[in-house]
Amino acid sequence: MIAVYKKELRTSFTGMAAYVFIAFVLVFAGIYTMLYNLSNGYPNFEYVLQSMSIIFLIAIPILTMRSIAEERRQYTDQLLYALPLGMTRIVLGKYLAILTVVAVPSLLMGCYPLLLSQYGEVSFATAWGALAGFFLLSAALAAIGLLISALTENQAVAAGLCFVVMMLLYFMNNLASFVSDTAAASLAALMLAVLVLAVLARMFTRSTPLAGLVAAVGCGGLLACYLVAAERFEGLFDRVMESLSVFERFYTFIDGVFDLTGVLYFLSIIAVALFLTVQTMEKRRWS
Amino acid sequence: MIEIDHLTKRYGPHTAVEDLYLQVEPGLIYGLLGPNGAGKSTTMNMMTGCLAATEGTVRIDGYDIFEEPAKAKAKIGYLPEMPPVYPEMTPREYLSFVAEAKGVQKEMRGGQLDQVLRVTDTAAVQNRLIRNLSKGYRQRVGIAGALLGDPEVIILDEPTVGLDPRQIIEIRDLIRTLGKKHTVILSSHILSEVRAVCDRIVIISKGHLVASDTPENLEQLFAGSRTLELVVRGEEPAIRAALAPLRGVRRLQFGRREEGEQSLTIETGPKDDLREGVFFACAAARLPILGMETRKASLEDVFIELTGQDAPLPKGEAELSDQQGEEGEQP
Repeated sequence: MIAVYKKELRTSFTGMAAYVFIAFVLVFAGIYTMLYNLSNGYPNFEYVLQSMSIIFLIAIPILTMRSIAEERRQYTDQLLYALPLGMTRIVLGKYLAILTVVAVPSLLMGCYPLLLSQYGEVSFATAWGALAGFFLLSAALAAIGLLISALTENQAVAAGLCFVVMMLLYFMNNLASFVSDTAAASLAALMLAVLVLAVLARMFTRSTPLAGLVAAVGCGGLLACYLVAAERFEGLFDRVMESLSVFERFYTFIDGVFDLTGVLYFLSIIAVALFLTVQTMEKRRWS
Repeated sequence: MIEIDHLTKRYGPHTAVEDLYLQVEPGLIYGLLGPNGAGKSTTMNMMTGCLAATEGTVRIDGYDIFEEPAKAKAKIGYLPEMPPVYPEMTPREYLSFVAEAKGVQKEMRGGQLDQVLRVTDTAAVQNRLIRNLSKGYRQRVGIAGALLGDPEVIILDEPTVGLDPRQIIEIRDLIRTLGKKHTVILSSHILSEVRAVCDRIVIISKGHLVASDTPENLEQLFAGSRTLELVVRGEEPAIRAALAPLRGVRRLQFGRREEGEQSLTIETGPKDDLREGVFFACAAARLPILGMETRKASLEDVFIELTGQDAPLPKGEAELSDQQGEEGEQP
């Protein structure tokens, strides 16, 4: 695992990806700090973090696109399969290398509140708490990016797909609010979500019965719940999406709440994404 | 050393490898021979754990590659068809990564690195980017990677494809050198190559194992008959009459006839030599022999017969099994 980690880290720093990612994040941090804190005189560094979180739409694909897709393109994945290491350790090594790169701008940004405190009162606790949330958010998004890289054959496709997924995650809440608040609309939207899930299950497992089961149980369950307590469905879709949204969790940190459930949520996102990455890699042995 | 049992791989309805049995003994060089698409790479990928088998097992020194992959893989060095090298690294960086990933002890890493660089003759390019190396050197770097960790078995998938003739000879020499210390399995669709390097030939056709033996034995077993090719000046009935009294003729076949010259082939038993008899018989009948040639079945014939389009399991295979039952042919 350490061997893979060292190799990945070296690769990302001999190539452009890591530098571009770090520079990109820092440039935006600089611009927003300038704008909010220095020009307008807000003492809250966390606003900077909130505004700049949109850059992950581009920064994460840059960082993660090549990680596994490139191995496949240059046939080095054969080496990984032949190594006497489990796939879990290889994926963990890769993820830790990405995480190290992700940590660099977060650590550097940790100095900003100190600099700002020269010019006025800064609430360090909220600033650094928000920064911790920022790091967790980027870690979770990077894990999702790694999974997407494992799913695709080349890095351009990985980057494109990753961008789309990041965008969906970012705008998930706004999109969900387009669904009307009535119970019936919520039911329809949730059923649609279940069907999407079933399609994904079909794509991943290539097993139609399983996908059918997911769809049937999901839709049946929803319908049953709806018949029992329809009034509970009012605005439900919106609430579900909000509690699932990665970015929404991060905004809690911005508000100055160091949300432990949020931490747990990010950690579970990472765990699930890495687990699926390992499974995707293992699955390729079979095809 | 390696026991392959009932190995089968199916891709949907297509069967790439079916019911393969093979015993690999230590210290020998094995050549996996077969036409393109016969299932050689698939077999090797399964032997090294890169590909899961649909059915069957592969045991490396007693460890099942699918059940105990870490232990089994530690005994194998594998070079896939495309050398799995990172273009943005130098050979030295690449090899030290592979050594570490294979769990070579830190204090031994430097020594092993220098050793494989020496054996594969890549020391001169060790600090250049792999991106800028020729195919031949990439192949060598790949082999060097396979050698790290001092595995007992080295598996090389088409190690000489895409190399120039001089590099091919160098790689073959390298393989022979490796064969002194390791068990080597290589695949190829080039007969002369396998013949030149290997102690054992395993012929695969359409996912089936059709023969496994030493090159000499294969030739001999298939030399079930010997043919005499003749060109005689004379008429067919006259020649037939002249040769009729000869003993040991299994089959007499008349071929083309051009300007009074008749070509014909005489098939005899593998040990019979009818050349003198044919000469005197024809001389007595005043039928001048213009040409005479003996032909034995060559490895090419064996290969073509075994892997022929219409005969996936030719009758020769049955003969082979009868005489070499333990060698692992499937009925």
